[in-house]
Amino acid sequence: MDTVFIKAHVPMYAEAAGLTLYIAFWGILFSITAGFICSIIRYFKVPFLSSAVGCYIEVSRNTPLLIQLFFLYFGLPKAGVVLSSESCAVIGLAFLGGSYMAEAFRTGLDNVSHIQTEAALSLGMKKRQIFRYIIIPQAAADSVPPFCANIIFLIKETSVFSAVALADLMYITKDLIGIYYNTDEALLMLVISYLIILLPVSMLCTFIERRMRFAGYGD
Amino acid sequence: MAEKVLEVEHLKKSFVPGEPVLNDISFSIEKGEVVVIIGPSGCGKSTFLRCLNRLENIDAGTMKLYGENYEREKRKIYELREKIGMVFQSYDLFPNMNIMENLILAPCKVQKRKREEVIKEADQLLKRVNLYDKKNDYPRQLSGGQKQRAAIVRALIMHPQILLLDEITAALDPEMVREVLQVVIELAKSGMTMVIVTHELGFAKAAADRVIFMDKGYIVEEGAPEQFFENPYTDRAKRFLESFNYGTVDKQDRGQI
Repeated sequence: MDTVFIKAHVPMYAEAAGLTLYIAFWGILFSITAGFICSIIRYFKVPFLSSAVGCYIEVSRNTPLLIQLFFLYFGLPKAGVVLSSESCAVIGLAFLGGSYMAEAFRTGLDNVSHIQTEAALSLGMKKRQIFRYIIIPQAAADSVPPFCANIIFLIKETSVFSAVALADLMYITKDLIGIYYNTDEALLMLVISYLIILLPVSMLCTFIERRMRFAGYGD
Repeated sequence: MAEKVLEVEHLKKSFVPGEPVLNDISFSIEKGEVVVIIGPSGCGKSTFLRCLNRLENIDAGTMKLYGENYEREKRKIYELREKIGMVFQSYDLFPNMNIMENLILAPCKVQKRKREEVIKEADQLLKRVNLYDKKNDYPRQLSGGQKQRAAIVRALIMHPQILLLDEITAALDPEMVREVLQVVIELAKSGMTMVIVTHELGFAKAAADRVIFMDKGYIVEEGAPEQFFENPYTDRAKRFLESFNYGTVDKQDRGQI
């Protein structure tokens, strides 16, 4: 094991990890926003928009992220839209994550019994009030496990971004292997970098899930 | 003659075209009156209650609350539902809130009343149904009977002009049935106008000013409780009451719910 090589490239990995986190942060933030809006549209069965969202979810979930990125990076410029690698990465991640988040939120929303709505209606509450005070809080608790799983999944998916020339962890690893042939060291550092990012996220998720379970609303 | 609170005329409702659940129901209730609706499962009694506060849309007929028609208006129904309280078989407290929050949500958000004033009233009502010490508990920490009493208070605190009770004891143990029905009987004494759907015939006898017997979407018979339970006019009602004596229909009914 070439410790000198490892030491020398720690700053490089730190920088790449920073970029990975940066893209993941924005991508996931937009995923959550898109997913939330989509799940609301589907919940209220908004005419036309609801079927549009349905199409989006199917396309997004049933095509690989790599292909989605190629479309953004190589396809769109032919239509005159040129995006930077970073933009492609964030948009691609949000496009993929949006549908996964929408499905996570939908699970939660569907789990809230319809009688809850009726009980609230019979108290004179309006649809919007019911959604805000009764449906959302209950749905949120049920959405936590799939939500957390999605966050970890999306962070891992960032490893595809090297394909659009983004200098993330995967990209520099391949680069280093190409230049120095230090395959073992480079891959070891790659694995460790992902673990450093993902283990805290995973532990935080477990913590939140446990908290939500103990605060469980079930009868 | 006392004031009519609710008047329904020629109400019709079907879920599947050609298979009416409610057939030409006409009904009215006066202020302070307690009407108990009984009948076999699937006779349309719960659907009827749900139509009264428009949880179900109706196909035909008119409905008036204090002379005001409300069978069609979409927007007005939200205001009217404030005045028509309803309690369900499965309690349906909001599990994400404690009891006090359950009680004050609608008065504060719908009626825009002052929080302090509502809390004060909630305290009093909770004391009346012996739940004051549970006010900071969550619904999951309460027994079925306690939950149902809290649900009754949640309806009462809106100051409804009429209260609809839909088989509120059907999911409870016998001991809990008693504590809930006690609350309802006290309400009846205090002059609350109520329409009650129940399978508890003893309770129907004790609480009702008038009994309505429904079958297959029709009102088959209607009358004072003594008269109905002692000597019903129709054969259908006789058969229904007899089967209760042997307890067979009762068991079947519960199995189907």
